[in-house]
Amino acid sequence: MIQRVIVALAGLFFALPLVWLLIAPFSKTATYHLHVPNPTLHNFAQVLGTEGALKAFGNSLLMSSASMVLVTVLACLAGYALSRRSFRGRDLTLYLLVLFSSVVTGVAAIVPLFTLLLDLHLLDTYLGVILALSGGLLPSGLFILKDFVDALPRSYEEASLVDGATPWLTFRYVAAPMLGGGAAVVALLTFVNAWGNFLTPYILLRSQGMYPASVAIYGFFNEVGLPFVNVIAAYSLLYTLPVLALYLIIQKVFGFKLAGGIKG
Amino acid sequence: MPEEPTAEDRSAAPVVAEILSARLAFWFLLPGGIVLAIFLVVPALWSLGQSFTNFTLLGPEARHLSFSGLHNYRLALEDPYFWNALIVSLVDVLGSALVGQCGLGLTLAVLMSRMEGWLPNTVRSLAVLAWITPGVVVAILWNVLLNGDEGTLNQLLGTHIAWLTRHPWLSLVLFNTWRGTAFSMLLFDSALRTIPESYYEAASVSGASRWRQFWDITWPMVRPQLVTVLLLVTMWTFNDFGPYLLTAGGPAFQTEVLPIYTYRVAFRDFELGYGAALSVWLLLINFAMALAYQRLLKSGDNRSGRPS
Repeated sequence: MIQRVIVALAGLFFALPLVWLLIAPFSKTATYHLHVPNPTLHNFAQVLGTEGALKAFGNSLLMSSASMVLVTVLACLAGYALSRRSFRGRDLTLYLLVLFSSVVTGVAAIVPLFTLLLDLHLLDTYLGVILALSGGLLPSGLFILKDFVDALPRSYEEASLVDGATPWLTFRYVAAPMLGGGAAVVALLTFVNAWGNFLTPYILLRSQGMYPASVAIYGFFNEVGLPFVNVIAAYSLLYTLPVLALYLIIQKVFGFKLAGGIKG
Repeated sequence: MPEEPTAEDRSAAPVVAEILSARLAFWFLLPGGIVLAIFLVVPALWSLGQSFTNFTLLGPEARHLSFSGLHNYRLALEDPYFWNALIVSLVDVLGSALVGQCGLGLTLAVLMSRMEGWLPNTVRSLAVLAWITPGVVVAILWNVLLNGDEGTLNQLLGTHIAWLTRHPWLSLVLFNTWRGTAFSMLLFDSALRTIPESYYEAASVSGASRWRQFWDITWPMVRPQLVTVLLLVTMWTFNDFGPYLLTAGGPAFQTEVLPIYTYRVAFRDFELGYGAALSVWLLLINFAMALAYQRLLKSGDNRSGRPS
């Protein structure tokens, strides 16, 4: 019984900040209060009528999906190679990469990254942001994928090789189908991180028309604040929905099997 | 008479030494390697190089870029803002990464692993919802929750406490715990699912308490996962710029974690050389923590010892 109470309290903790996000977008007046007399969709109409709001969503979608595909594909290939082929300094390299990524996704390396993209003529382009995001997120993806493949049994691939299949065919038809669960986690993690990332596009993009929703919402909240807080809530809710949808799809299709593989 | 190889023989010596040929491994690693080299290694080394210079965009020194050796690193050690940021970051990591995200994540995973009914699924969904909500939205939500005048928390308690200014550390820790717990919870969840129910049944029959069952059955199984979770969660928390969106480091620098201070040095004061040195300190601290986790926990990590 006490266990259920603890779990319920944790649930309350997670639910509390979210309540306002579900209520305020439907409120007529800009308020922090939690009751709505007459629910309205007016705020959503106002968001969709705001020039640039839809464009910002499109920008977010483009950059996040591209980063997700790039990181997932590269992490699957490299993570598999790191798990199934041992070479000297492998684990050290992986640790150094994860450590490096913590610096590069942080604030200090944004300046060299800025200069680098300028030299490559990638500043203020979608591609520049996508590559910068991918470089930062790939090490974590690799780490998770390698861990995932390590836990998969080797026997199926060994049997395939003993039967005379080439390593490529073994990967393509035996190993790759088993990577689904790990790839799903990496894809979700990358999309969520890219979709929510604020600093990278904020610094690497100059044109306001290319801003993703994260930067647009922050500007909105800082500039207009309380008088339009219900409109901001509506915008925030719309901005959160795609991530939610993606999560539900991935969970439905793959579930979350991070350890154990087929062994289950 | 030659004997049939038994299952034990096969698992002791793998049939194939290396599953992937060296050439194929190279091609698999190449595309990821190129992206990492250009967009990760180069900027990281660049900022490492920058940390040994007086690189700045303001003042008379801006036109005279010169090598300054370890000057920036020594400067940090004498900088009270650096020590303040370090302490805030450590409080944040200890409170929200170790106790919060890992501790709460593991506790919830264990408690819910054999719980029936609607409760565990609801709590799981709520935690995941908090986790996938984008950072900017989370910051707005917590501003509303903790707002001193009519915030949700004050409405519920009937008080008028400016939580962010009165309890900045607690706010920071709860904010980060709220955002990150789902990740470790999900990882521990899936590790726990690999434990056969029969282990617990056998333990129950022999009269072991739930506490005993946790240490004898659950703990050894989640321990390998714990290294991964601790490593990633600590690093993410340590380098997270998210608190900036909630408090911008205030009040009076009380929530100014190292990334926010680094941002202030690099983008407000334009002291890029010093900012780079700060980020290298950040990296070194990360590295020390990673090694400590390895030492503490890897000793018990023995995957081949897993029952299958």
